Amino acid sequence: MSMKRRDFLKIAGISSILSVGAKIAEATHPAWVTGPDPKQLVPNKQALSAKRWAMIVDMTKFKTEADTLKVIDACHRAHNVPDFRTPDGKVDKKLEVKWIWQAGFERAFPGQDNKYMSEHLKDMPFMVLCNHCDNPPCVRVCPTQATYKLKNGITMQDMHRCIGCRFCMAGCPYGARSFNWVDPRKAANLDVKRGGKLNNEYPQRTKGVVEKCTFCTERLQIGKMPACVEAAPKGALLFGDLEDQNSEIRKIITTRYTIRRKPDLGTGPAIYYLIGGSDHA
Amino acid sequence: MLEKALEGSKKYWAWLILLSALASVGFYFYLQQYAYGLGLTGMHRDVSWGLYIGQFTFLVGVAASAVMLVIPYYLHDFKKFGKIVILGEFLAIAAVLMCMLFIMADMGQPGRFMNIMLHPSPQSVMFWDFLVLAGYLALNAVIGWVTLGADRKGMPPPTWIKPFIYLSIPWAISIHTVTAFLYAGLPGRHFWLTAIMAARFLASAFAGGPALLLMLALIVRKLTKFDPGKEPIQALAKIVTYAMFANVFFLALEFFTAFYSQIPGHMHAFDHLYAHSATPLVPMMWVSTAFALISLGMLFFPAIRKNETTLVMACIMLFTSLWIDKGFGLVIGGFVPNPFDEVHEYWPTLPEGIITVGIWAIGFLVLTMLYKVAISVREQTAGVEIDH
Ligand code: SF4
Ligand code: SF4
Ligand code: SF4
Repeated sequence: MSMKRRDFLKIAGISSILSVGAKIAEATHPAWVTGPDPKQLVPNKQALSAKRWAMIVDMTKFKTEADTLKVIDACHRAHNVPDFRTPDGKVDKKLEVKWIWQAGFERAFPGQDNKYMSEHLKDMPFMVLCNHCDNPPCVRVCPTQATYKLKNGITMQDMHRCIGCRFCMAGCPYGARSFNWVDPRKAANLDVKRGGKLNNEYPQRTKGVVEKCTFCTERLQIGKMPACVEAAPKGALLFGDLEDQNSEIRKIITTRYTIRRKPDLGTGPAIYYLIGGSDHA
Repeated sequence: MLEKALEGSKKYWAWLILLSALASVGFYFYLQQYAYGLGLTGMHRDVSWGLYIGQFTFLVGVAASAVMLVIPYYLHDFKKFGKIVILGEFLAIAAVLMCMLFIMADMGQPGRFMNIMLHPSPQSVMFWDFLVLAGYLALNAVIGWVTLGADRKGMPPPTWIKPFIYLSIPWAISIHTVTAFLYAGLPGRHFWLTAIMAARFLASAFAGGPALLLMLALIVRKLTKFDPGKEPIQALAKIVTYAMFANVFFLALEFFTAFYSQIPGHMHAFDHLYAHSATPLVPMMWVSTAFALISLGMLFFPAIRKNETTLVMACIMLFTSLWIDKGFGLVIGGFVPNPFDEVHEYWPTLPEGIITVGIWAIGFLVLTMLYKVAISVREQTAGVEIDH
């Protein structure tokens, strides 16, 4: 972990934590088929908190394809994300569910590429995930508040309340959301009968609901950094409090040139990308 | 009055049985979809709405178009519409019902439908769409029933219904405007992010809806003693013509903005729909364009418009054109290419198509029975003009 604990271990008033806890408890209740009883999710003292969680993706630190795959795998395993495959072993585009994945420069930043840019930059495997926008269209359009904002900036998803109308998928300009077109437990990686493995610490989902990255809210609650951050090469994914002047991510964003995806849409994405240049301390 | 729907000729019953059979097959496939999930359809994470939402959008237009009879009749005292205004109101009821069924068919967790009411979210356009549609259904049901009931007794409708009738006018506009807002307010969906979306929706609705109604009125005339009269048909044809002009003009405006500005995001969806898609979408969109222009050309000439055979041909083409454009192409254009500028095609599956046909069958079933009631009442009163 490249970040000092005190950088993010800023416990806000106990009341705000409790309100977050209450929301999560409410969010978890019956639809989450298995998983911890919501009452156990009352935040403990080690919970990590922030005024505004955000992430930096430092592309200079991702050296090989294996680095990105490890990150994706860590998230998807931690969150019981189904991995649907066609009979020939390829990703099944019809049923695909993903929380974090990689995309080339032209894909992650459409319209910002040019004909003469280096192949190196073009082919960089940018990690893309939910941007936990400041002004998220997904939250605006949801007719049931099944997707909603936490005070700490996280865009949360309540898979119990979700009616599966998919308005949020049309609303998200980043393609960050996935729908469960079938029962996710039918995927080989989650189907216990076929040697699949479930993470029993994290709830499973039913078919017919939308899901996405939640900035590992459930891990922050027990004092852990997001799974992808832990699995990434040192410093490749930095997670911290944007509102804290002394946090590492704030210092980097203030002093270095970072880019975000489609900032012109006014969504205020909270994932910042460092592309190259000198190494940061 | 309802009992009138349960008596009829052999042909009437055969038609009801055919529609029920189609509806049952559709329902059977819906049960499969319910058990397996929406994976039974052709949709995926990049094209997350498809045929169902397209049909919903199209049918909201059909429902709203009843206002094109209500306005001339009640606001401009155009008496000639007296006999067919009820056909418009009952068409609206059937159309809204179909809209609701398409929404249900599209929902991942239909059992949680009430969450929209339990957690009202005024910032969501879908919340408002649900409210205005439900309201519109209620308005038309009450208005249709009360006015028809009065007709049966040979009396003018009670005065208390008048405010409801006037209310139904802005309400009809609102259902289609709000439906357009489902699309027109989403950042990053260039094809939908257009200020004239609601205007386009209304124009296409006021062309397609009355065109359908015109054909229905002629069918009714052929099958029953009920005669809507020549003049109302011609008046409808004129409404269709004007609205279709506006619709084609608006579409041309979209093309201009996309291709003169040369902004890639604005051109991509058009390129996909009209040129690059590997699915039958491309020929379909061209058929839609050709039918739009030909039907408009035909309607433009009074001689062709006044001949009921050619008029019906024009209406069929026009309706098909709008169905392709709004019931299908519109939704896909917003999703392809996806936010990563990648093309992931969508094509409905057979079960998806069958469920769609099933819902249309239910709509026509309801429509047939409502029309049966209306016409029986009209036949009894022998089409006497009643001053409303
Ligand atoms: S990236 Fe998409 S899903 Fe995530 S908060 Fe922004 S709009 Fe919502
Ligand atoms: S699919 Fe679920 S989360 Fe998305 S808008 Fe609909 S109810 Fe809200
Ligand atoms: S923050 Fe957590 S949920 Fe989000 S991508 Fe990383 S591991 Fe997955």
